[in-house]
Amino acid sequence: MSKDKHDKEIDGPTGVETTGHEWDGLKELNNPAPRWWLIVWLVTIVWAIGYWVVYPAWPTPGGHTKGVAGWTQYGKLKREQAEITKRQSTWLTKFHAASFEQVKADKGLYEFARAGGEVAFKENCAACHGAGGEGRKGYPNLNDDDWLFGGKVEDIYHTIKVGSRSSHPETHQAMMPAFGRDGILDAAQIDDVATYVMALPQGATAPRADAFVRGEAVYAANCVTCHGDGGIGNRELGAPRLNDAIWLYGGDKASIIQTVTSARAGVMPTWENRLDDDTRRQLAIYVHSLGGGE
Amino acid sequence: MQALTLSGASDATATAPPKIASAHPVYDEKILKFFTIAALFWGIAGFLVGLVIALQMAFPDLNFAPYLTFGRLRPLHTSAVIFAFGGNVLFATSYHVVQRTCRARLFNDGLSWFTFWGYQAFILMAGLGYVFGVTQGKEYAEPEWYADLWLTVVWVGYLINFLGTLWKRKEPHIYVANWFYLAFIVTVALLHVVNNLTLPFQLGSVHSYSVWAGVQSALIQWWYGHNAVGFFLTAGFLGIMYYYVPKQANRPVYSYRLSIIHFWALIFIYIWAGPHHLLYTSLPDWAQTLGMTFSIILWMPSWGGMINGMMTLSGAWHKLRDDPVLQFMIIALSFYGMSTFEGPLMSIKTVNSLSHYTDWTIGHVHAGALGWVAFISFGAIYYLVPHLWKKAGMYSNKLISVHLWVATVGIVIYISSMWVAGIMQGLMWRAYNEMGFLTYSFVETVQAMHPYYIIRAVGGGLFLVGALIMVVNVWKTIAQPDAVTTGAALPEHA
Repeated sequence: MSKDKHDKEIDGPTGVETTGHEWDGLKELNNPAPRWWLIVWLVTIVWAIGYWVVYPAWPTPGGHTKGVAGWTQYGKLKREQAEITKRQSTWLTKFHAASFEQVKADKGLYEFARAGGEVAFKENCAACHGAGGEGRKGYPNLNDDDWLFGGKVEDIYHTIKVGSRSSHPETHQAMMPAFGRDGILDAAQIDDVATYVMALPQGATAPRADAFVRGEAVYAANCVTCHGDGGIGNRELGAPRLNDAIWLYGGDKASIIQTVTSARAGVMPTWENRLDDDTRRQLAIYVHSLGGGE
Repeated sequence: MQALTLSGASDATATAPPKIASAHPVYDEKILKFFTIAALFWGIAGFLVGLVIALQMAFPDLNFAPYLTFGRLRPLHTSAVIFAFGGNVLFATSYHVVQRTCRARLFNDGLSWFTFWGYQAFILMAGLGYVFGVTQGKEYAEPEWYADLWLTVVWVGYLINFLGTLWKRKEPHIYVANWFYLAFIVTVALLHVVNNLTLPFQLGSVHSYSVWAGVQSALIQWWYGHNAVGFFLTAGFLGIMYYYVPKQANRPVYSYRLSIIHFWALIFIYIWAGPHHLLYTSLPDWAQTLGMTFSIILWMPSWGGMINGMMTLSGAWHKLRDDPVLQFMIIALSFYGMSTFEGPLMSIKTVNSLSHYTDWTIGHVHAGALGWVAFISFGAIYYLVPHLWKKAGMYSNKLISVHLWVATVGIVIYISSMWVAGIMQGLMWRAYNEMGFLTYSFVETVQAMHPYYIIRAVGGGLFLVGALIMVVNVWKTIAQPDAVTTGAALPEHA
């Protein structure tokens, strides 16, 4: 402890001199920094200087050094986007000018449209309708034959364009009254009509119990104008078909009672200003191809 | 937990062995015990929350709104492990090292206790804020203005206490570990104040507006964020390395000259590297270039610390065979070397365009955080505990070994799953087919990540298990009879 701090000594195991300092028993060897370490460091510095010459690097009073390569990240972005556009352009030019029938008739063009539609679908539609268009409660299944507003490719295209209860001026506007909440029907009537509606998929074979008969009368007075005789639905009005055993909000009695009592009003946004027309047409073709297209 | 653990421990100042009491000033070791126990407590809390959010990534149903969602727990995890665990380790070790290597008691006892309770109060303020939705939304700088102001006061106390101790030192020179600690304290103060300049919405509001806006705000944030890594998690923990590695190995530091060069190089170059977090953004090209090139130049200065630490074992490599504490330190240096190579690599624009925003970044961070920061901390804690509580050694060397291997396997599982997942994710994002359409949608990349998120959680779980083993070992060690009263020899390094 009282040792002279500047007394350098030779470290036994390595034979290297110490610096002569000591703290709490700790000493330091006087090894030089490793040569390879210095060389690699120097190489990185030289490389960096070279990089500064080639690329934009140092701020100057009037802006910054531009670099001899003339490189900018926006230039790079343009080049890479041009590569994508080039890959698409052959088909896209053709697609742009073609009608739905013409696309359908050209196998290659049809596959191109489906591929583009699939990408757009997964990025924009899958969150609600599911990655495979299988839908879920409140979000229509797009694989089946049940269409609220029509299943022809033009119908689907129109629905994508205007949405449902969206901000678009021509949007689908179907609005079912809230029969219970607004006091049009009482609880017993709603219960009866739910019994009737649940039996609609059975058609004429449905057993005519008392509740069914009472429900039939309620249906005839309140529902038939939109949902049609026997629940065949009305696409003009966007009134869902009720006799196909496909239920957007559930086909059990409690769900149907809730639907009749409070009504439903699912919203789909308009895609007119979010996706360009070619993409919307590709989407329509893709959705049409999922299985239910008419 | 603290009261229970510490109540049985006598004040170290009273039990300092008489033989060295004449040569040494009376060190304040009680404060070190408090910081050490706080570090263990917050460490377990932070690792646990990390495991929870890893599981939330794999199983989103584990989000419980509003308080226990990923968005609120994620900053709780990062702040708990970096600032609560890492911060308390830095306080404990810096207060230990500066006293021992200056042969001086800490500058002011009142200030020491103020920094302890003040820092714990800051942790609580920040953490409670996150859970209740009070955040600035700046990564690693989430606490709002009131917590920031309080931390500033505590931090100035820390700086004065540290500088004061250096001032009254009884050694002619300042030991290298203290350079690193001082650089850490000073730079963190600067980063913290500049990045957190805000104006509260109105009188009495916990929320605030940043004075920085737009791309300037982003640049200030990543100047802060990257140097939090550089000065908090690198310089501070290199301070730990420079004391505890030569102590545990009982060997001189390999090269004084290397320590000088790499210290100043690290300090001057790290501060430029922040813009590499903003490659291919609205940050001007020239600033991106500087961020990237200085990151490359930083590679060797970073490695200087690893070389100096590892080469300190020259002539004593045999000690590595059966000293698990030394194994912790050397594995820590290996992970440090690995992640300070990976960092510059990821800062190269071409690599970054693939790795940025992917979980590769998460893997990289954890190679550094678990492998380097936590492992060097564990090594220092295993050194400190028997030293502070005057025991002959840790309760069980075998348990230290078990901790070492369980944690190492956990880290390897963690980072390799994130490498694979991150690179896969980056490749899926950029894949185009021959018709010029994206091959994968975002949701498909999320689906593809699922198995890797589960594997990652397993790795993190093992790391937590290892840390719990450490806590048991520390508990048992403290519960042992004192070495002095039993007449057993103190550890060689005490």
